[in-house]
Amino acid sequence: MNSCNCCVAPLALAGDDTIRYPYSMTIALEARNILKHYPGVRAVDGVSFSVPEGICFGLLGPNGAGKTTTVEIIEGVTPATSGEVLYYGEIAGSKFRQEAGIQFQNTALQDFITVRETIEMFRTLYDRQADFDELLERCSLRDLLDRDNRKLSGGQRQRLLLAVALVNRPRLIFLDEPTTGLDPQARRNFWDLLQDIRAGGSTILLTTHYMDEAEVLCDEIAIIDAGKIIAQDSPAALLQKQYDGLIIELPISDLTNNLSGIEHTVLDNLGIIEVVTTDVAESLKALTPHVSNLNQIKIRQPNLEDLFLDLTGHSLRA
Amino acid sequence: MTVKLRRIYAIFKARNLEFLRDRASLSWNLILPVALIFGLSFTFSNDRDSYTVGVLQSDTKIETAVHPFLETHYINFVAYDDIDIAMQKIARHQLDLLVKFGDTPKYWINPESSKAYFVEIALLQSELPTVNIIEKQQIEGVSVRYADWLLPGILGMNMMFSCLFGVGYVVVRYRKNGFLKRLRATPLTSFEFIAAQVASRMVLILLISTFIYTGTHFILDTRMEGSYFTLFLIAVVGAISLISLGLVVSARVTSEELAGGLLNLINWPMMMLSGVWFTLEGAPETVRTAASIFPLTHILNSARSVMLDGATLGDVAPSLLALIVMSIVFLAIGARIFRWEQY
Repeated sequence: MNSCNCCVAPLALAGDDTIRYPYSMTIALEARNILKHYPGVRAVDGVSFSVPEGICFGLLGPNGAGKTTTVEIIEGVTPATSGEVLYYGEIAGSKFRQEAGIQFQNTALQDFITVRETIEMFRTLYDRQADFDELLERCSLRDLLDRDNRKLSGGQRQRLLLAVALVNRPRLIFLDEPTTGLDPQARRNFWDLLQDIRAGGSTILLTTHYMDEAEVLCDEIAIIDAGKIIAQDSPAALLQKQYDGLIIELPISDLTNNLSGIEHTVLDNLGIIEVVTTDVAESLKALTPHVSNLNQIKIRQPNLEDLFLDLTGHSLRA
Repeated sequence: MTVKLRRIYAIFKARNLEFLRDRASLSWNLILPVALIFGLSFTFSNDRDSYTVGVLQSDTKIETAVHPFLETHYINFVAYDDIDIAMQKIARHQLDLLVKFGDTPKYWINPESSKAYFVEIALLQSELPTVNIIEKQQIEGVSVRYADWLLPGILGMNMMFSCLFGVGYVVVRYRKNGFLKRLRATPLTSFEFIAAQVASRMVLILLISTFIYTGTHFILDTRMEGSYFTLFLIAVVGAISLISLGLVVSARVTSEELAGGLLNLINWPMMMLSGVWFTLEGAPETVRTAASIFPLTHILNSARSVMLDGATLGDVAPSLLALIVMSIVFLAIGARIFRWEQY
């Protein structure tokens, strides 16, 4: 099932249906049986995965699933109860610190310090330093150089935090829910930026609870729930495995009677029912007698949101 | 992990800018001590309002049965076993009279002091049967004003607040808002981080103290008997000891409220018992011994003896040594228990 131990490099199908290069044979990062127990809680319960060099690996899950704890253990900022993290085959240590770039979910920056000074300070902490101008260009920060950290908008702040994560030209980048709280435009811009970074050859480990984001950006995803990985593969392969066909969606309110004899899923909170089918025409014919109004029917490709619901029984944003 | 000066400097510089640009805190750091010195020195310019008499004896407890004079009301009797120290106090008008009973009774007064005049009368009154036996000696010297005495106290207190809160509180804030975690994810080591915090606060507090000292010295013409180099050394070692203490408090705490409480728990006894506002001479021995565990006590005692009595580096060496030992102990504890993360 899991294609993560990539001795044989699979072809990854990305969300945009283009075929990407086969994964690198080199494993950039490997997490081995990571456990984190708090009194009475198993926040991370034996998580293992490997990330081949050069891909964007997505860790998905609802709030409280253990994504951030897992990632922070890998980053070395939270101690694990047990388990180990290998960076290019060695226990993550000072080389990892020099070469990894990290963007946390919530990071306060110093007050009264400007964007320029913040970038300069973090840049000085590393032996390998990104070109200052290139960093500004890439994160569109040139016009904000002399602005106090406190006076940045949400999107500007996210761009600065990304710049801080890139000050050492990282080989491996961690992004923990980087687009949470951004408006749709800012999210799209952020995606472009990440595509650009990946094109530069860096490996990315992204956590998110936005399915569309994972579908667009990730070559491989692991879905984590209650501290465990419950599915892992490329987004396309996961969907293919789970769904044979398309999804027909219609409002519950448009049903005239119950759908006996037709396999379906009721999504009460969304007020809809879903029918998965390989033959749309046949299914529509079967549904028609039970539906008062056909105008509201939608036919679509299954997406990761559906997958997640089916796998965990609850919504990603629960 | 190797120590990189470049990294220490980067954190040092950013912390300095953060502090210097926070105008509200900066002006508070400058205005409060100056206002205190001027306000208090004018309010208390009339000097002490009670009489203090030194009793030369080896025992620290004063037995009133020795002589009827020791039963006189409204006089505070303080035992001295070192005649040089006591005579210096007479010269500075800090003691109104020094007396020795026993086989060859003797007393010393400063003819310039008005209080000495009254205390002498009280002594001679009580001395009726032996009035001709007791020997009198005069010691001359200019009075130490309260402002002279207060200046080192206020500078020390300001240094204490600045070091404890400016380092302790800030580190806790950094930890709480995740900035420490962000730094943790870089090659910066905890030693480098701590070194940068100590260096930044030390430079800032020395600049602020110099500014306050210079201003007060020129306006109030405060006394400076000793060497500026020795005083500077006391300030440097003293600041390091207080910053280290702040680091111990903040090494693990994750809540600003708790940090504030802990810092106040240290601040207040230290402010009260280290002799910022009033001298501990005459206080019970236990209180004075207890006070010697505070860095501020050593800072103030040595700074005052340099400024008021012209003590040399050799004279204040024991205090400096005590401060250095405290700094080493605090830094060792702080570095050992320091945590980057919030939990």
